[in-house]
Amino acid sequence: MEKRDKNISAMSTPAIGEAGKTGDWRDMKPVIDHSKCIPSVKKRAACYLCWLYCPEGVIKTGIPVEIDMDYCKGCGVCAEECPAKAITMINEGDDNG
Amino acid sequence: MPENIFKVNEEEYMLPGNRACQGCGLSLAYRYALKALREDTILTIPASCLTVLHGLYPTTSVTIPCLNCTFASTAASAAGLVAGLTATGKTNTTVVAFAGDGGTYDIGIQALSGAAERGTDFIFVCYDNEGYMNTGTQRSSATPMGALTTTTPILTKEQNKKDMLKIMEAHDIAYIATTSPAYPLDLYDKFVKAKRIRGTRYMQIHVPCPPGWGYPPRDTVKIARLAIETGVFVLFEVENGKFRFTGRSKSLAEKGNRLPLINYIERQDRFKKMSVEQLSRFQKFIDNKWHEYIKKAEA
Ligand SMILES: Cc1ncc(C[n+]2csc(CCOP(=O)(O)OP(=O)(O)O)c2C)c(N)n1
Ligand code: SF4
Ligand code: SF4
Ligand code: SF4
Ligand SMILES: [Mg+2]
Repeated sequence: MEKRDKNISAMSTPAIGEAGKTGDWRDMKPVIDHSKCIPSVKKRAACYLCWLYCPEGVIKTGIPVEIDMDYCKGCGVCAEECPAKAITMINEGDDNG
Repeated sequence: MPENIFKVNEEEYMLPGNRACQGCGLSLAYRYALKALREDTILTIPASCLTVLHGLYPTTSVTIPCLNCTFASTAASAAGLVAGLTATGKTNTTVVAFAGDGGTYDIGIQALSGAAERGTDFIFVCYDNEGYMNTGTQRSSATPMGALTTTTPILTKEQNKKDMLKIMEAHDIAYIATTSPAYPLDLYDKFVKAKRIRGTRYMQIHVPCPPGWGYPPRDTVKIARLAIETGVFVLFEVENGKFRFTGRSKSLAEKGNRLPLINYIERQDRFKKMSVEQLSRFQKFIDNKWHEYIKKAEA
């Protein structure tokens, strides 16, 4: 961020988690089966449609694909759009985790 | 896999942990609009779901500078920003007004028409979730016929959606483009292009809204896609007066295989009171618009 302008009285500062840890909003969470996930299977950068469509921008491309569970709101868009059906939405708490 | 996925700007300007609902179509679209607009951009935003996404003072979830303006003055505030930047020699900064359908079709139209007529050098974006969503789903002139809202709770909305795109076309501005979060790369490319063009540019994004439209958050991309497949929303560009279909709408126009409207309607609770007669009127409305577009594309 650039320096503050002293003439502006109400200026906000950007931060992650402005609304808190939005992962708390979830009732279901996405779980990736890496044995089906295309980049993990092909061992190269590929697909990443979950990253493309995540409305929060909390999916990290790479091998394996990772989701930031602190902020994932659990909408389920990634699971719907995954062409390999590698993402399942499970109830929070159902994986003993 | 879309190969050009790797060409997209990796930076995220909309930070996680913001206040937008689960599966919000606006937040998906906004992610890519900001990636395309990137640095050297200043936003001006009226009251809307987008101000909520931006967050509460003294914190914001967006890293691009933004001015909060009053409802009716969005395009006027943009014109002021342009004048100020010009006066201080900062001509590399793009001014972008980003308003909801209420802030565009209804409350913001006068200032927008004025700025467009003057050819103000800015981008006006209308994200259209087809109602006043931030205040609890009231009808706007962008709400489609047959939709339940909190101000049309019994008979549903009786009028057709206003054709804002035609109104903007009548202003003979530099660039008009329609986009959808179902096609983030198309959205991204059109915003990159809009940033390069000078003069008034008008962008419209059709953004599904799970609580306002009554469907599960996981279906946001599907609903956005169905709007295109049925022709409820059409992807196109108008550049120097020349209309052309783009993306998926282009192939639908070539092949003539649009889906029936019911495929889109049946997935949303807001249409659950729609009568058969309304459905056929809505279908006819879309078919007529579609044929107008085909004629324009051939002209
Ligand atoms: C002059 C004025 N009138 C009314 C309001 C209340 N208000 C705040 S947001 C909003 C709804 C905006 O609807 P839209 O522009 O479609 O954006 P959305 O909330 O749907 O994203 C209203 C009516 C206000 N803030 N200022
Ligand atoms: S969409 Fe599915 S297959 Fe593709 S990268 Fe994501 S999890 Fe893997
Ligand atoms: S559930 Fe929604 S927020 Fe979470 S990673 Fe998937 S798409 Fe993103
Ligand atoms: S009400 Fe609709 S548009 Fe507004 S934040 Fe929620 S999902 Fe997005
Ligand atoms: Mg709205």
